[in-house]
Amino acid sequence: MVELNINGRAVAVDADPSTPLLWALRDNLGLTGTKFGCGVAACGACTVHIDGQPRRACITLISSVVGARITTIEAIETDRVGRAVQDAWVRNDVVQCGYCQSGQVMAATALLREKKNPSDRDIDEAMTGILCRCGTYARIRAAIKDAAKSLA
Amino acid sequence: MHRLLKQAGNGLIESLSTERARRLSRRGFLKATGMAGGGLMLAIGLPADGGRGGRLAHAQETAAKVPYPPAAFVRIGTDDSVTVLINKLEFGQGVFTSMAMLVAEDLDCDWSKVRALHAPAAQVYAHPSFGIQMTGGSDSIASSWQQYRTVGATARLMLIQAAAKQWGVSTERTDTRAGMVIEIGGQKRRASYGSLAEAAMQLPAPARAGIKADPKDFGIIGKPTRRIDSREKVNGSAEFAIDKKLPGQRVAVVARPPVFGGRVGKLDAEKARAVKSVVAVLPIQVDRSGTGIAVIADGYWPAKQARDLLNIEWAVPIGVTSAEQLLQYRQLAQQPGLPARRDGDANAVAGAARRIDAEFTFPYLAHAAMEPLNCTVDLQADKMTVWCGSQFQTVDQVLAAAAAGLKQEQVDLVTTFAGGGFGRRANPKSDYVVEAVRVAVEMKKAGIAGPVKVIWSREDDVKGGYYRPSHVHRVSVGLDDKGMPAGWQHVIVGQSIVKGSAFEKFMVKDGVDSTITEGVVDTPYRLPNMQVSVHHPEVNVPVLWWRSVGHTHTAFVMETLIDEMAAAAKQDPIAYRLALLDSKHTRHRAVLALVREKSGWDKPAPKGHGRGVAVHESFGSVCAHVVEVSVEDKRIRVHRVTSAIDCGTAVNPLTIEAQVQSAMVYGLSAALHGKITLADGRVEQGNFNDYPVLRIDEMPQMSVHIVPSTAAPTGVGEPGTPPIAPAVANAIAAATGKRLRNLPFDLAA
Repeated sequence: MVELNINGRAVAVDADPSTPLLWALRDNLGLTGTKFGCGVAACGACTVHIDGQPRRACITLISSVVGARITTIEAIETDRVGRAVQDAWVRNDVVQCGYCQSGQVMAATALLREKKNPSDRDIDEAMTGILCRCGTYARIRAAIKDAAKSLA
Repeated sequence: MHRLLKQAGNGLIESLSTERARRLSRRGFLKATGMAGGGLMLAIGLPADGGRGGRLAHAQETAAKVPYPPAAFVRIGTDDSVTVLINKLEFGQGVFTSMAMLVAEDLDCDWSKVRALHAPAAQVYAHPSFGIQMTGGSDSIASSWQQYRTVGATARLMLIQAAAKQWGVSTERTDTRAGMVIEIGGQKRRASYGSLAEAAMQLPAPARAGIKADPKDFGIIGKPTRRIDSREKVNGSAEFAIDKKLPGQRVAVVARPPVFGGRVGKLDAEKARAVKSVVAVLPIQVDRSGTGIAVIADGYWPAKQARDLLNIEWAVPIGVTSAEQLLQYRQLAQQPGLPARRDGDANAVAGAARRIDAEFTFPYLAHAAMEPLNCTVDLQADKMTVWCGSQFQTVDQVLAAAAAGLKQEQVDLVTTFAGGGFGRRANPKSDYVVEAVRVAVEMKKAGIAGPVKVIWSREDDVKGGYYRPSHVHRVSVGLDDKGMPAGWQHVIVGQSIVKGSAFEKFMVKDGVDSTITEGVVDTPYRLPNMQVSVHHPEVNVPVLWWRSVGHTHTAFVMETLIDEMAAAAKQDPIAYRLALLDSKHTRHRAVLALVREKSGWDKPAPKGHGRGVAVHESFGSVCAHVVEVSVEDKRIRVHRVTSAIDCGTAVNPLTIEAQVQSAMVYGLSAALHGKITLADGRVEQGNFNDYPVLRIDEMPQMSVHIVPSTAAPTGVGEPGTPPIAPAVANAIAAATGKRLRNLPFDLAA
């Protein structure tokens, strides 16, 4: 058993300590909003927050996040910035297939917590690790700026 | 997939299986639509032949004469909710929204009450022309335009009839407004659709219900409308196939042969079996007569780890090496192949004043959808349920049944959201579905109870084949002394996509797979003495349609050559194209005019930037891009893309903008990065590190413009892909003078 703090709750995960957080979330805890895309931190679909920082759950072993605050897409709407990002995503009609969007929302939320008014370059730097095969990038840029405005 | 497929309805299902698809009884129909006992639904009796389906032997005729049973497509709840059943796969292209809009238009309901669901796999949901339930060829809106609107109109008429009966007035004294039936004059009564749903259910379906004839009457069609599946996709609650979790479910990860069609020789599974929670290591049959090993565990991680610990000696067929294959293709291209178009004088090029000789090469491309392939199967004694994000429900259902030794009607195929597909989830062989069923069958034989989800790792997905075929084109263009075309000799080399599948008899003519020549033999340009021929080499690499199919390569060849010809004629590239387009090609002309205006084509490009244009017709639509690029240190930077599309009536302009952006990005990814290569039959790429795709920092500024039209809608999901690579190549030529003819672009080469 590995004890974790996920979305503000203490949970016990019955998995090998070397299990990546992604699979503990998805297979052990039923939190399937965090997506599997590559398994090697190359696509960002599995982005979660560890102590507020965006991290790739597919290469984060559960043993390494014991005692850390883990936040997943399922709880991001309880965060003021997270909720603003989600609303901006809906307003700007960002999603297409939607598979990468959990990661996009988590990365954008982390960005807007750091930078209230991100430049195009800030957006590119923060979001370049999150792939979207539907090519929603133009609307992601617009939605991040819109979310920033709504939070100002 | 293709316009020729439109002729395919009649025999396709027969070709898929000797299993005769059932005729749906009313009971079967209600069961299939999950409506048995649905007292709150607007459920109506099927018209006498409304359940005609079976194989839809006369699909087109049926589409014309029989009103679609609204109960299969729309449910009205007593709470006024309107649920539209979508017979396509929602995999990003927006059908949950735009197809629901079609129903809403003629139902005249309150849009805020509209929801969408995937329809089950059932014959009533077959494509009106193709006879199978499928999503492809960018035709979801085109094929639903009459069907879904008629459903809305029929349901509306029944609600009106119910109200008129209740009020004791004639239906002429009633009208509808946003989900209410209203009485004109008299007592001016009003009743919500929800309050009328149960009464409407008792009425016979009207034989005919007209849809709005005048676009001026449209309330929602043409209005930019936000997606109805956004919220669930931004909070993690949307369910994709990979998220399926059933009680007692296991996860399987499969070791597949390193060369397509390889077989397991010797197996040492000791280490794999030692991984905690691994319950079985099972030999299975895999695609292309190969064999593999399925590792069954409680979750993906242990199954994947154990799979990677298998020690397998493989017996493999002789494999392909890309460099050698390219040489063979180039040699083949020197000689004419099977004729695909023969106009006029074959010697016209030889006798021309000037000529352009060009060879083009295109690699294999993986679809690399964000959601890796996966499929969940619950196999019981005499029935089976399959969950997947399927573009080909009927094909997958028929082949899944065959793999399990069941009849088609014993298989429920549940369509979930798919994290992209781009053609990979529309496989005539149903490779990943059939494989998952085989895993379930072997588990059952081994006495392992419970459903199973087979998940492909990213590497499994990228290495798993079914690529856009690699191609070589060799073209000689003859020009007269003014630089206008005088002759055209064109040889295309590439594997056939449909040969050996149920689609072959509809899409291969005189040995030529029409998916390899689309975009060339039907060119809108006036190209005299055009001769096109094709070689289809047999290669042990499975191939498939990939967003925009043959147009992925043919548009590049045609639109870069036209550009080169314009340069030879010292003419403006748009003016030269217009000169080669007959006046009947009004859509091409309108798209070029719009993109010219919106891109500022007639003003000089920013300093250091090159500008290029390309226009191409595919899936019934015409799309053009104007691109601005710069090249620094042999690195290509695409700054701006201005796009114009004529897709007939623009049902949802927000979706169209998104799809043109999406298709552009998909094509740009391939142009700048996409390349699958093989060495001794082994695919050399495996993940996004060595099969890179476009990231946000490479995303150009983009604007999309729609040509106003009242014609019936045409394709939107794919037509933005074909013209992007040639537009970029033409822009690079403008910036550097260098003509790129090998994909992906490599200025260092």
